[in-house]
Amino acid sequence: MSLGLEDVRKIAKLARLRLSADEEALYREQMGKILDSVAELSRLDTADVQPTASVSGAASAWREDRAIAFPGAEKILSLAPEREGPYFKVKKVIEG
Amino acid sequence: MTTIGLSAADIAAGVSGGAFSAEDVAREHLARIKEKDAGIRAFVTVLEEQALAQARAVDAKKKRGEKLGALCGVPVAVKDNILIEGVETTCSSKILKGYVAPYDADVIARLRKADAVFIGKTNLDEFAMGSSTENSAFFKTANPWNKDCVPGGSSGGSAAAVAAGFAPLALGSDTGGSIRQPAALCGAVGLKPTYGAVSRRGLIAFASSLDQIGPITRTAADAALALSVIGGHDPLDSTSSPEFDAGKALEPAPKSFVGLRVGIPKEYFIKGIDPEVEKAVREAIAVFEKLGAKTSEVSLPHSQYAISTYYLIAPSEASSNLARFDGIRYGRRAAEAATLEEVYERSRGEGFGPEVKRRIMLGTYALSSGYYDAYYAKAQRVRTLIKQDFEKAFASVDLLLTPTAPSPAFKFGEKTKDPLSMYLSDVFTIPSNLAGNASISVPCGLTRSGLPIGLQIIADQFQDGRLLAAAAAFERERPFPRLS
Repeated sequence: MSLGLEDVRKIAKLARLRLSADEEALYREQMGKILDSVAELSRLDTADVQPTASVSGAASAWREDRAIAFPGAEKILSLAPEREGPYFKVKKVIEG
Repeated sequence: MTTIGLSAADIAAGVSGGAFSAEDVAREHLARIKEKDAGIRAFVTVLEEQALAQARAVDAKKKRGEKLGALCGVPVAVKDNILIEGVETTCSSKILKGYVAPYDADVIARLRKADAVFIGKTNLDEFAMGSSTENSAFFKTANPWNKDCVPGGSSGGSAAAVAAGFAPLALGSDTGGSIRQPAALCGAVGLKPTYGAVSRRGLIAFASSLDQIGPITRTAADAALALSVIGGHDPLDSTSSPEFDAGKALEPAPKSFVGLRVGIPKEYFIKGIDPEVEKAVREAIAVFEKLGAKTSEVSLPHSQYAISTYYLIAPSEASSNLARFDGIRYGRRAAEAATLEEVYERSRGEGFGPEVKRRIMLGTYALSSGYYDAYYAKAQRVRTLIKQDFEKAFASVDLLLTPTAPSPAFKFGEKTKDPLSMYLSDVFTIPSNLAGNASISVPCGLTRSGLPIGLQIIADQFQDGRLLAAAAAFERERPFPRLS
């Protein structure tokens, strides 16, 4: 299957990836080949087959919603490229 | 005497019995790394100071007369996608360079309690995506058996560290074969426990419905010992099983295989498999028969679709899991970004390597509106068929025997140009991840040119104990040479 350059750009946008022109061309070609290869799955009739949701068959694990103190908050904040006090700092997202 | 080359069990016994100190063990292994790792490059980080401090603490504990843990003084190499508090964890990616783990992974906390000593963090394919460790953003790791060859991947650093005698035990993670395939290529034992047997809390997620942490060791008994320490329920990993009893991993190796039913899946002996690999695996099957096992051919007819299924499910889950690397809370942030959107796009575009971007793109496509049913949902349906194949097989046999990888270790660069040829390295290991069962690779021979070959043994979910006991019995019959 052949992907258009516009398809590749749209996927990159959805994935929040800035790609170079070379990368766009490379992934266009490689993804086309990979999608050709995985298209073999369409040969299988799976109309009556349930999709796998949990491979171990385990039911949802429930537990009481209890707050537990986490002592490492400062360690986590200190990993941020930019912070202000106890907050992660981001670019302005709302104009006005 | 030297403690290099001793099993984890023998080191723990020597430390607790006073034959040698944990500090001696750590010093010897650190010296070996210093001497030999320049030619192999198994480690991203060597934890010299911390390892010696941990070892001295174990010795002090012994001096005080306290009971020591099951892995006391055992040097452990840890794949660099598993968090050790206070230690840099990179996933061998530029996007995480400088990330210092704020807490211990569950497996690390359990190893700490067992008095193990963390000797270093090992190289991997970036974010565990690859089969040769060539996708590391930092450097390539060489196969200790032949330095022109790859160690396999993605846990290539961990497998090379064990094969080179840098540690008797390493942790890896296995999403499509990333423990078993490098273990096979490096002549080590590699266990992928049953999905849910070991907590993944603190493992940086790649594909959550497939990821499993497990040990790489030189002996099957050490793999069992390691599983008994790292396995068990963790309330903070909702997929970890409350029923699995890690202590059961310690079944003794049986004296004979009388009564054992072994299946040989015909789809695993395909065209394209290296003839020396096939011969060694056929000989391994004969060893099982000699010990009394009853072998029969079985069919796993949907195995042929496993790679396609995997290369839709794993990238889809990866595209979702790796969305967290956005340059805001941790990791690399692009310098020149003007808007928030640009922070995301540039940080990710600059921080991720080619294979990671390829898989994020593929996964995003498979999950995108209009394609979800044809790709992701379809793959999850085929996954059900693959799992049912195993369920049918395990209704009539106890274990399955297959090759671990279709070929021995290959040369650097041999498969990097064509992603599909690299993906084929995992053709025999992927089905176990899709089905969530227990699977191990044990060395079963050498090629004429001296490269290790791995036998894969597969057991049904939560039959890890039976699997490990059979592996130990096989190993007793077919001792494997070690590198000096």
